[in-house]
Amino acid sequence: MKVNLRVWRQTDPVDKGRMVDYTVEDASEDMSFLELIDVLNEKLILSGDEPIAFDHDCREGICGACSMVIDGQPHGPERATTTCQLHMRKFDDGDTITVEPFRAGAFPVIKDLVVDRNAFDKIIQAGGYISANTGSAPEAHSTPVPKAAADRSFAAANCIGCGACVAACPNGSASLFLGAKLTHLGEMPQGQPERWDRVVNMVETHDDAGFGGCTNTGACATACPKEIPLDVISQLNHDYLKATVGGRRKK
Amino acid sequence: MSYADYSVGTPVVDKAAPDGPIETRWERRKFSVKLVNPANKRKVKIIVVGTGLAGGAAAATLGEAGYHVTSFCYQDSPRRAHSIAAQGGINAAKNYRNDGDSVYRLFYDTVKGGDFRARESNVHRLAEISRQIIDQCVAQGVPFAREYGGLLDTRSFGGVQVSRTFYARGQTGQQLLLGAYQALERQIHAGTVNMYQRHEMLELIVVEGRARGVVVRDMVTGEISSHLADAVVLATGGYGNVFYLSTNAKGCNVTANWRAHRKGALFANPCFTQIHPTCIPVSGDHQSKLTLMSESLRNDGRVWVPKQLGDDRDPRQIPDAERDYFLERKYPSFGNLVPRDIASRAAKEVCDEKRGVGPSGLGVYLDFEDAITRLGRKAVEAKYGNLFEMYERITGENPYEVPMRIFPAVHYTMGGLWVDYDLQSTIPGLYVAGEANFSDHGANRLGASALMQGLSDGYFVLPVTIGDYLASNKLPEVAPDAAEVVEAETAVRERIEKLLSINGNRTVDSFHRELGHIMWDYCGMERTEDGLLKAIDLIAELRREFWNNVKVPGTGAELNQSLEKAGRVADFIELGELMCLDALARRESCGGHFRAESQTEDGEAQRDDENFSYAAAWEYTGSGEAPVLHKEELNFEYVHPTQRSYK
Repeated sequence: MKVNLRVWRQTDPVDKGRMVDYTVEDASEDMSFLELIDVLNEKLILSGDEPIAFDHDCREGICGACSMVIDGQPHGPERATTTCQLHMRKFDDGDTITVEPFRAGAFPVIKDLVVDRNAFDKIIQAGGYISANTGSAPEAHSTPVPKAAADRSFAAANCIGCGACVAACPNGSASLFLGAKLTHLGEMPQGQPERWDRVVNMVETHDDAGFGGCTNTGACATACPKEIPLDVISQLNHDYLKATVGGRRKK
Repeated sequence: MSYADYSVGTPVVDKAAPDGPIETRWERRKFSVKLVNPANKRKVKIIVVGTGLAGGAAAATLGEAGYHVTSFCYQDSPRRAHSIAAQGGINAAKNYRNDGDSVYRLFYDTVKGGDFRARESNVHRLAEISRQIIDQCVAQGVPFAREYGGLLDTRSFGGVQVSRTFYARGQTGQQLLLGAYQALERQIHAGTVNMYQRHEMLELIVVEGRARGVVVRDMVTGEISSHLADAVVLATGGYGNVFYLSTNAKGCNVTANWRAHRKGALFANPCFTQIHPTCIPVSGDHQSKLTLMSESLRNDGRVWVPKQLGDDRDPRQIPDAERDYFLERKYPSFGNLVPRDIASRAAKEVCDEKRGVGPSGLGVYLDFEDAITRLGRKAVEAKYGNLFEMYERITGENPYEVPMRIFPAVHYTMGGLWVDYDLQSTIPGLYVAGEANFSDHGANRLGASALMQGLSDGYFVLPVTIGDYLASNKLPEVAPDAAEVVEAETAVRERIEKLLSINGNRTVDSFHRELGHIMWDYCGMERTEDGLLKAIDLIAELRREFWNNVKVPGTGAELNQSLEKAGRVADFIELGELMCLDALARRESCGGHFRAESQTEDGEAQRDDENFSYAAAWEYTGSGEAPVLHKEELNFEYVHPTQRSYK
């Protein structure tokens, strides 16, 4: 199949950037979207051009590195699918496909389709963990966890930290990412002692990093390749209110 | 003298392992290590390269202990290390099922599963620590699968008959890694760990024979810098990408390990690679990586091919009597659950007989029809739902209705830098953890034991043993302008300039693919003397062409993904030569490695304990120069070597 690509090219963080048109004549429907870019890059290199820079690593939908906006949607048109798992059979021969980086104030562009998502690590540093030094753990079965709580915790812990939620959000909010971590840890008995400090510290760091506020558009959950449910944001707001207005957080 | 004319040097001996009763060796080693005064720990600097299970766990734990840690990863966040992709689970000898499991049984299974090419002391320690790992991860909030009573669920996993594998859906590696990552981020926040993401280690700094630092490249700005420390830990994963196509992440590479090897660290058992039986078959030349379907699928899926040659009917139209369930037929007591090496080779055999399925003929069916009938679609979906979805996304076929097609692919490398019981390499002060070392899996790794080893090394072994080195040695500060530092930095700059200056006619990927083809054809599941000799010549030729004809666009002072790949592929080429030589020298079949000249009458692998009961540790002597082989004799006091039989 033949596809036309319009790709965002930007040499460095200060460059203004521009859309550039390319054509790939010999695409196959069994290719992943990243393999399509690989094929294009091989041609660009041989013709003396700069290949398109893009983040990717595991190429099996779990590491969260890949990050393109394809035809206006983070990770492209297929639901619950990362860019690396998106296959060309979802497109038609002759299609023109627009490819841009994740756009958000808190995710500055480094080059072409590569953005800096370090702000996510900062949010985790602020409290996205349970403090349990190595060696201090009690026997695993001394802490039973109701299956329903473990399952909800897992569904939230499934977040791969790709940032599609931020790229999809009209406010550039990372509330889905935040809510997912707070729900993962907050559903567990082990996560209770730090629960109220965790939510306040993580929310403050989120706001300081330049992410916007949530206005409940739900675009994040629609874009999420791991289908993190929107109700983790309710959990976030619930915990935040309890911690602050409700006075659960002891200063 | 040609590369294949290697010489045999003095034996290498593990001096750190205690002797005496195996049950107390680790306990005694822990007691004998010298301790670093807690007040001094913050003055001690440790570099940890890699942030997967081993590196992330080690950096976090060393930070908790109060050391001054500097951590590097090539990804944009430590959370993306490839441990994240491990699907199936993690073994632990908890015996929660009361099915006869014990530390000794896990030890026994792992030594046997490794086909008697691993160290007993190491494996026993691993089995002991397995129980602590589960406790630690539960305390961190890892959402393992649970029963309705709230207790942890387990399942049985390829190659064993007890249910000792803990899991979190098909995403166990992800959840364990996030546990380690969060512990690491907590230490970054506490100021004990400095994290450098998007930094790649390109050289080891050795001063007066000791590892004292690394040279790294900032992958965004291209800046080259040196970082000095009292000890260096490499937790940089495996080298499966030498085959180009593997289940590894695209960025996985051998460069950190290879640079250390070139500086004097012995590389052990490089030819011991694991070929995983349940991967999605290749679809075309554009293929950039292979995707694993967790081997837990073999608990309920049945592997078959048509009995008839050239039977290209829709698999659903082929009646049971015309199907060959070849694993069940050949290995009736283990059936579809035989270890990975056996399952992979059996699949290769039926494809060699031209009974393979799918467009390329390189595939076998993994069929869930019986499981769906027996358990119901819902139960199958609960267990494997995400794997089925992944399969459908990649192939466009629905495995609830059509049998999956699978084929073996390179998945894990048992070989790695040689380390002693303390995980110290032959360069003092250089420690190696996780898949990057060679020590615990012998010639074949059992399912669900890689996560166990990574976390065992990172959380519980290395943080203890490294203290002994730090407390026992005077380590004077190294000046930033010391000759060894300047020399290492200069070497990195010159290599980058060289790669950028060649400006030839072939892309880095084209060299990498060609290397991969050579490795898969001659150093894959089945190896012969002639084939390996041919491969060594082909790779030497490829190495020469690479350094004369590679085309790397752009400059060194920017984000340049072609340059990153070029450096890695150059090291893979040298590693590939060594792997073929190691395979050539080991004239026996064992574990995942089948040497055609060494087989039983019925075509099964024939191990040769008399001549090859050793770990092969290779010394580097120069690019393309014949290396020196140092043997570490393996002694089996507890588990007596027997020919493995899964029949």
